[in-house]
Amino acid sequence: MKLSRTDLGPPDYREMLPPVIKENYGQWAYHEYIRPGVIKHVSEKGAELFTVRVGSPRLVNVDYIRDICDLADKYCDGYLRFTSRNNVEFLLSNGANVEPLLDELKQKGYPVGGTGRSISNIVHTQGWIHCHTPATDASGIVKAVMDDLYDYFTRDDLPAKLRIAMACCLNMCGAVHCSDIAILGIHRTVPRIDHERLSKVCEIPTVVASCPTAAIKPDPKKKSVKITEEKCMYCGNCFTMCPAMEIMDPDNDGIAILVGGKVSNARMAPAFSRLAIPFLPNNPPRWPEVTEAVRNIVETWVADAKKGERMGEWINRIGWERFFARTGIPFTDKHIDDYIFSVPTFRSTTNFKW
Amino acid sequence: MTERKTPLLDELEKGPWPSFVTQIKEAAEKNDSAKDLLLQLEQSFREKKGHWKHGGIVGVRGYGAGVIGRYSDKPEEYPNIAEFHTLRINQPSGWFYSTKALRTVCDLWEKHGSGLTNFHGSTGDVILLGTTTNELQPTFDDFIDAGFDLGGSGSALRTPSCCCGPARCEWACFDTLDLCNDLTHAFQDEMHRPMWPYKFKIKISGCPNDCVAAIARSDLSIIGTWRDNLQINQEEVKKYAESGMDIRGMVCEKCPTKALTFNVETKELSCKFEDCTRCMHCINTMPKAIRPGKEKGATILIGGKATILRSAFLSWVIVPFMKLEPPYTELKELIEKIWEWWDENGKTRERVGELIYRLGMGNFLRAVGLEPVPQMVKEPRANPYIFWQADEISK
Repeated sequence: MKLSRTDLGPPDYREMLPPVIKENYGQWAYHEYIRPGVIKHVSEKGAELFTVRVGSPRLVNVDYIRDICDLADKYCDGYLRFTSRNNVEFLLSNGANVEPLLDELKQKGYPVGGTGRSISNIVHTQGWIHCHTPATDASGIVKAVMDDLYDYFTRDDLPAKLRIAMACCLNMCGAVHCSDIAILGIHRTVPRIDHERLSKVCEIPTVVASCPTAAIKPDPKKKSVKITEEKCMYCGNCFTMCPAMEIMDPDNDGIAILVGGKVSNARMAPAFSRLAIPFLPNNPPRWPEVTEAVRNIVETWVADAKKGERMGEWINRIGWERFFARTGIPFTDKHIDDYIFSVPTFRSTTNFKW
Repeated sequence: MTERKTPLLDELEKGPWPSFVTQIKEAAEKNDSAKDLLLQLEQSFREKKGHWKHGGIVGVRGYGAGVIGRYSDKPEEYPNIAEFHTLRINQPSGWFYSTKALRTVCDLWEKHGSGLTNFHGSTGDVILLGTTTNELQPTFDDFIDAGFDLGGSGSALRTPSCCCGPARCEWACFDTLDLCNDLTHAFQDEMHRPMWPYKFKIKISGCPNDCVAAIARSDLSIIGTWRDNLQINQEEVKKYAESGMDIRGMVCEKCPTKALTFNVETKELSCKFEDCTRCMHCINTMPKAIRPGKEKGATILIGGKATILRSAFLSWVIVPFMKLEPPYTELKELIEKIWEWWDENGKTRERVGELIYRLGMGNFLRAVGLEPVPQMVKEPRANPYIFWQADEISK
């Protein structure tokens, strides 16, 4: 048996840096947005670094990566990186190579953009491709929404940047909880318990503890658990912990849309995304209800927001009552919080608009 | 054998955005597991339901993390994805790659698995999407010989990630790449051998723009900051003004603490140091004219997480300013104290932020040896349910 080497850690990032970065490391002076998808950084010494940003589907085969490598070898000496939103970035030290690279990217149909005041790539999860607890697919919805909003990726003249994220269930493996627009897979029905199977595949105390609303209690007679149905809000955490708590329900599972979150500290503190639409149906392959709803929210914001206002800042200024009025989205009892930190979200002032 | 059709997925090959379906189909031409994945996915699209079982425990020798077990719940129909596990490969800091490194990843993965990847997974690792149990050890052996190791998973330290930092960004307040690399190497044991109540994530951003969303997505958030005044280049301010920028409207009026004043006659911009909260807005808007201060370091925050179980949290300040220079001893000591307290007191699947919510900031600060400061709160408590320590009361 061959002895494995272990605990070596990742490769050294220093070996991946182009000379222009090594020579100007920590000495960058400023940057400019040349055009959508192209950023120029200039160092104290006057050296230039051009970044060309390309949207990718995140799920890519090795030949895609090799193709990206061919482009990087041809135009920027084999140096590139990826962003925290799954875009590819070519790192060029030779400005003369930018146009030819852009031409070739255009021929290949690779979208260039996602910089400045644009809609960048959608951070998302595995969905039906690989997840064991999905309420919906992820890549499919991302493709449908990005096809519909494609022009917003390749422009950079929106009121401000807009970040969309998608999670196929409440585990939120892509952290949609602070996005300008969050697309979230949800369940709407109580789990169906397989009592025969439960004690064989699950630890009962773990299942009981997994419920945020204490809706699950042990059921010693059945050697299983029981659910107090009025307390269950179908978050699916028990299913994550126990496959015998079947919660996937193709007829009732769907999608919620939340808005107004941000992570940066600029101007306004970081904020959570908040519920705009509690339910849209799952309609593969194109999810037209979702793409329409997202487009409506985007277009309302583009038309109404002042320059420099992200979605949450716009809503902050006009007030949530105006947000619902201007988007035409109905406000319901479901929009009002009823979990543990609910009361601070209520409007304890008469300062509201008509 | 007739080709099984995938009409729903075919629809997603149309349209301008690059298609993941095309990626799977291309892989399927060379690899049967990718082919079965495509067909099972079509079934999922038809039925509106996932077809993956809750994973069993699979892994590589010496590690308890880095491999996610995944099994199709229809193995008779899709035998090539009966076992379709994922390996997480720890990315180089800042996701910088040479084509040589990437091609190595491609060649090794094509040899051992489906040929499908995610660049990258949500935490930051390279995801090698789909191989069998028997291939896991050989895959890992090849990758580690080529200089790549696995990332974290389960109740362990998850792979730390960072922004592009001083490699490209003029706003980096410390070397995010070096810190990320250093911490990753220092905490290999904690990453590969899960031994905690639950997961723990560390994310590192060089400035308050927080481009890796550390405040939202990590238990321990390290966000660059400075503690002296902004550096303003008045020549460049003049140029912005002359180019037509509405400095009063777009910069001064948007300052959250009204710390900035623009003198229209002299075309000079000044910042009242004691009012500035370093939000980055003015710097973002006038990058040639305004830069972070000189006394740089980081703010350390704790508690960020997504909704399950007790609500989503944004990290909150526990150390307003820490200088970050190698070997980062002060930071590592704090991190280890936090882990010890959380490991000792946390229930199963209780994140550190939830533990602090349950036991209180007072207990947390005493346990890790941090002094309470007003910068930790937006506002003090309103309720008077105050705990007193025994040594504060007269007997």
